[in-house]
Parts: sequence; structure tokens; C-alpha cells
Amino acid sequence: MAIWIHEDSKVLIQGITGNQGMFHGEKMIEYGTNIVGGVTPGKGGMEVLGVPVFNSMRDSIESTDADATVIYVPPPFAAEAIMEAAEAFDSIKGEGVIVCITEGIPTLDMVRAVSYVADRPGIRLIGPNCPGIITPGQNGGCKIGIMPGHIHAKGRIGIVSKSGTLTYEAVAQTMRIDEGQSTCVGIGGDPVNGTGFIDCLAAFEADPQTEAIVMIGEIGGTAEEDAAAWAKENVTKPIVGFVAGATAPPGKRMGHAGAIIAGGKGTAAEKFAAFEDAGIACARDPSEIGDVLLASLKDAGLR
Amino acid sequence: MNIHEYQGKEMFKEAGVSVQRGVHCTTVEQALSAYDELGSKVVAVKSQIHAGGRGKGNLYHPESKELVMEGGVKIAFSKADVENYASNILGNVLVTKQTGSEGKLVSNLYVEEGCSISHEYYLAILVDREAKAVLIMASTEGGMDIEEVAENTPEAIHKIHVDPAAGLLGFQKRNLGVSLGLSGNALKSFFKMIGKLYDLFIQNDCSMIEINPLVRTEDEEMIALDAKIGFDSNADFRHKNNWVQMRDLSEEDDAEIRAGEADLSYVNLDGNIGCLVNGAGLAMATMDVIKLYGGEPANFLDVGGGANEEQVKTAFSIILEDPNVEGILVNIFGGIMRCDIIARGVIAATEALNLDVPLVVRLAGTNVDEGKKILAASSLNIHPADDLAQGAQKIVSLIGGGE
Repeated sequence: MAIWIHEDSKVLIQGITGNQGMFHGEKMIEYGTNIVGGVTPGKGGMEVLGVPVFNSMRDSIESTDADATVIYVPPPFAAEAIMEAAEAFDSIKGEGVIVCITEGIPTLDMVRAVSYVADRPGIRLIGPNCPGIITPGQNGGCKIGIMPGHIHAKGRIGIVSKSGTLTYEAVAQTMRIDEGQSTCVGIGGDPVNGTGFIDCLAAFEADPQTEAIVMIGEIGGTAEEDAAAWAKENVTKPIVGFVAGATAPPGKRMGHAGAIIAGGKGTAAEKFAAFEDAGIACARDPSEIGDVLLASLKDAGLR
Repeated sequence: MNIHEYQGKEMFKEAGVSVQRGVHCTTVEQALSAYDELGSKVVAVKSQIHAGGRGKGNLYHPESKELVMEGGVKIAFSKADVENYASNILGNVLVTKQTGSEGKLVSNLYVEEGCSISHEYYLAILVDREAKAVLIMASTEGGMDIEEVAENTPEAIHKIHVDPAAGLLGFQKRNLGVSLGLSGNALKSFFKMIGKLYDLFIQNDCSMIEINPLVRTEDEEMIALDAKIGFDSNADFRHKNNWVQMRDLSEEDDAEIRAGEADLSYVNLDGNIGCLVNGAGLAMATMDVIKLYGGEPANFLDVGGGANEEQVKTAFSIILEDPNVEGILVNIFGGIMRCDIIARGVIAATEALNLDVPLVVRLAGTNVDEGKKILAASSLNIHPADDLAQGAQKIVSLIGGGE
């Protein structure tokens, strides 16, 4: 099963003729992702990476019946690309998954884009400023984003994370204890984004393939606290949690626009406390995620 | 990106938001002629730095570290007062709650005409990440530490969220004013001001506008006595001829500026273990784990997703400029970034910079075996590590720290 995307999902690339789109498009195809086309306004009719290029999202969805799209469009145009995809998926199919990789989109652009997507309930936005989403399969799988495909394997652990490379770290930890992943979602660390922790937890809880969940947070905001409170009431599967930024000084911006503690709120200590209160097994060091997960699986009678 | 109060007031004035007349000065002489020019009996003499809490901060001599004056914002009742305050402020270091103990050197001053205040309010516009919308906050408890107000009397802070499609609506402006107890001309003045501030926020891609205090004068007019404006750096491409020009590099850390130019994200910290990591989350986790094993990180450094050899070299040179650094931990989980490229970059950088502190390198992900081989084959004294915990333990013990 997995969540939101599946081995045979049909995927488009917005910005397919750009450097990023070409480079990662090739990697996605190598991994086994079913890339069915791409969009670059003004370059419709071309063929790139063996798939057709269209002028608009409407044309591309009508021609390919795509299920999802991935955006590698530069920051000034990325929010508009999200809205174009949302409008096209919504009016043609009533549903669709939009994965936005682009880093550095102005926050107020995202405020508008997220609101636009929210008005179209069948549309799911993942990101921006994220590694994407991957559902490993038997042979290859569906990789939508920039994560290294080869470190993954199909399995029963669902992973959700704000951070890119820390997601890879979590994946490596599951592999170390001989567990694969159902789906890994990088939700991104920007202050305003689409899919959040709770959306992922709800989907993993409902997914029969997923038997345990790893959740990786970062300082800033209260998304982790809200997710922990929600999980306490609604999630029956074991969850392992980690939060990065315990040593970050207040008020300093740590790379991600979101990773900033304002006025003592959103500290790692508060987030770990919320996790523990919700019965989430915490790793204090990412190298321990595997061991903590193994112990949780044993406690739940899954190993 | 932040700007000074005097620059913020300039933007307010242009946008039609009421402010008092004022003059930006960099010397005591300018401050004295500003006093004459304003022709006001009472003026405020205000230190200009990119941090809050100026009024309650203290000024210290930059070398002797002796206390020069209490308070970075002073009310002057005469020309002699202005001279006294301006010379105590300019060239000295202002330490406030928000600057850290090292404080900030004050090179800019704002001399502003006084006004008769009936009441002080607090007003802020920012992006609420949880609600994913612009939030306007206002309180009757102006002039105070707003975080304390939020903590002790949250009901005293009134909030409205703006629907991005509809914009800020008339009833929202009116209701917010009424909730502050405003009526008559003061309410009208507030209504007008808040609309202009919201437009300014949106048009300039602000990340924050904070006015503390916003005052009601005895003439029932609302005036911004403060202006703290922050901008969203992601939007700088749209504002090249506007606020990008107002950047004051002297308010920023040199190493952080240089890192920014090389597309690296660097924040200087107090410890002695330098870190070089790819990804913000992993970089923070690396700092956390160093601390967990008894060490102290000297910095946060994210080389990003696709760093090249040159960037790795710049990263090393920035880390090594910090005299506190006694050892370096490199932690790379290669995704797009290939470990063999990082390994070559590390070797080139250590050779070029004559690295003389212990170096621990942890590589994982894409082309990891090749990367490890390259490091092992070099004659340099590089300590390999298989995972983050091992890397942190190694570097802590190599510099003789931890238990």
C-alpha cells in the first residue's frame, strides 16, 4: 500500500528542461519512477529524457493522466507553479500530489500558494524546500525528489521529517536493523509549507503496510508539539522521535528559515517533552534511532 | 534581513504611517544641529542597532568595558543633554537583552522630536507559521516586554489573521481598534494606519513589523514611536533597488557574511569543535551529538546540497579563522552530494590551509566506499568515523574534552 504515491504512480516534472529538472529527472527514472512527461512553458513539443514536454500543466495532465508532479522551478516562479498544478489537477482529476523541491521561495508567496491549495481539498502539497517523497518498491520504486534512492528498501517503517539529510540518516538507521520503509516523506523546514506531521501520521496510521513510524523534527514552531498531542489520541502504531537543535542558541537562524527559536518557544527540550508525554520513544542521538526503533518493535511484538 | 529604526521610519513616512520628525546622525555635531533643526524642546536620543531592548540596555566603553551610561534611549530636555547623551552613545557598545553579552558597537543615532503621550500600545505584523497566514497582534500593554505580557496576560493580546485572498478587511481593522479601547479620532487614525502598515508589509515582503510603542497622543492621533522591520531574504530578488540597499553589513558577523557569499550557511558559536555538515537539520543534530558526548560546538555550518571543492575549502577556512577551534568534525550524508567529491575537497582544503588541528571525517551515502578509500590513501592525519556518535566521541577525545 504505502501512502500517497505508489510504485506505478505516473509523475510529471515541472521545470524538466532546467539543470535541476534534467539531473534529478534522470536519477528518478534510473530508480524506476514512472516519469510520464514534463512542463516548461514555451518548450511544448520537445522530448527530454525520453518523455514529452508540455506548455502547461493542463495539457500535460490531459495527455498523460498523471497522478503527481515534482517542481524544480526557480524560487521566483515556484509558488505560481504550485498553483498551476493545483488548479489543473483539481479541475481535471479532482486529486493530485504536488511535490515542491525548490528552496528559497518567498514566504508570502507560500502563504498565497498554501491557501490556494487548501481551497482544493483533493490536492496534496509536499514541501517546499524538502527532499521529496519516496515509496520503495520490489524493484526500484517511486522516488519523487532528490533523495539518494539506493539507500532505501521496501518495508514497513514510515518516516516523516522536516530535514533532508537527517531523513537519510533515519533511513540508514532502519536499514541497520534490517527494516525497510513503506514511504518516507520530507515535509521541509520552511515556515509555511503544505503537508505537515499530522497529515503524515494519519496516513501512516491508516496504511496497512506501515507498522511503525519514525518522526524527525527540528526546533522552531509548534508542529512537533501539536503532532505529539494528536498522536497520543489517534495513533496506535509505535512511533520513534528525534528533534534536532537542542544546542542551538535562541534567536539564531540555523539555515532553514524555520529553524529558529523565538522567545524561548519551540525549543528541542519542549518538543522532546511533548514526545515523551505522548508515549513516543525518543532517540537523543540520531545514531540511536535504529536501536530505539528495534526496542519499540520488540515491545509491540513486531520483532 | 533587518534595518535600523531610522530607516524603518523613513519607510513608514513614505507609506503614510504617522511618525515624529527625526534626523539620522553619525556624529555629536550632527546631533546638535538636529536639535536646532527640529526646534522641539524635548527630543529622544536613540541608539541605532539591530536589536531590541535598547531603552533598558547599558552602554560600555569598547576597550575598558567600563559602564558609560544606563539606557540606550534617552529623553533630552536641552541641547546640553543632547550633547551628553550623543557622546555617551556613539562609539560605545550597547548591551541589551537581545544582543548577547558582547553587545553591539553604536555608530548610528536618531534624534527625534518628543510628543505628548496619552497611552502606549503594542502592534506587530508577522507570518504565523501554524495558521499559515499573516497575523496582526495588538495590545494595550505597550512599551513593556511583550513576551512577558504574552506569558502572564495572554488575553491582553488581540490577534487577527488575514485571509490572503481577501486581504485585510475593514471590519477586522475596526474590531482590532475597538478591542484596544479606541474610539473617535483615535480609532479613525488607527484604522488608516493599520491598512497602510499591512500594505507595506505585503509590498515589501516583510517578515516582521513591530511597533513598541505605538502611541495615542493627547490630540487623539496614533503615532509609531518605534519601527522594527525585518525582511524575508528569500524575496530579495524583488527588492534590489529598495530595502536590499539598506543592509548595514557592520551589524552582521564578518564570517557569516563571507559564508553567505559562498552560499554556505554559518553561525558562530562559543565552543571549540568546528563542524562542517550538509543539511541544516543534520548540522544541528551534529552539534547536539557533540554536546551529548561532552564537547562544545564552535559553529553551525551547512554546506548545502551540492557543495563543490571550492566551497568546502572556504568552509574550512572560515572554521579555522575562529581562534577557539581545537578540532573539526566533518559529517556528510551524501545524497546529491557525492562522498568522493567531499573527500577530495577535504584533502585539498587541509593541504592548502596547513591544517594543524585534529580532523574527524564521517562519510555516508552516495559513493561512500570511494570517498573512504580516498581519505585512507592520503598521508594526512584524518580520523575516519562510521557514524555520527562515533565521530563525535572521537573528536571530543582527540581534543582532550569530555569524560
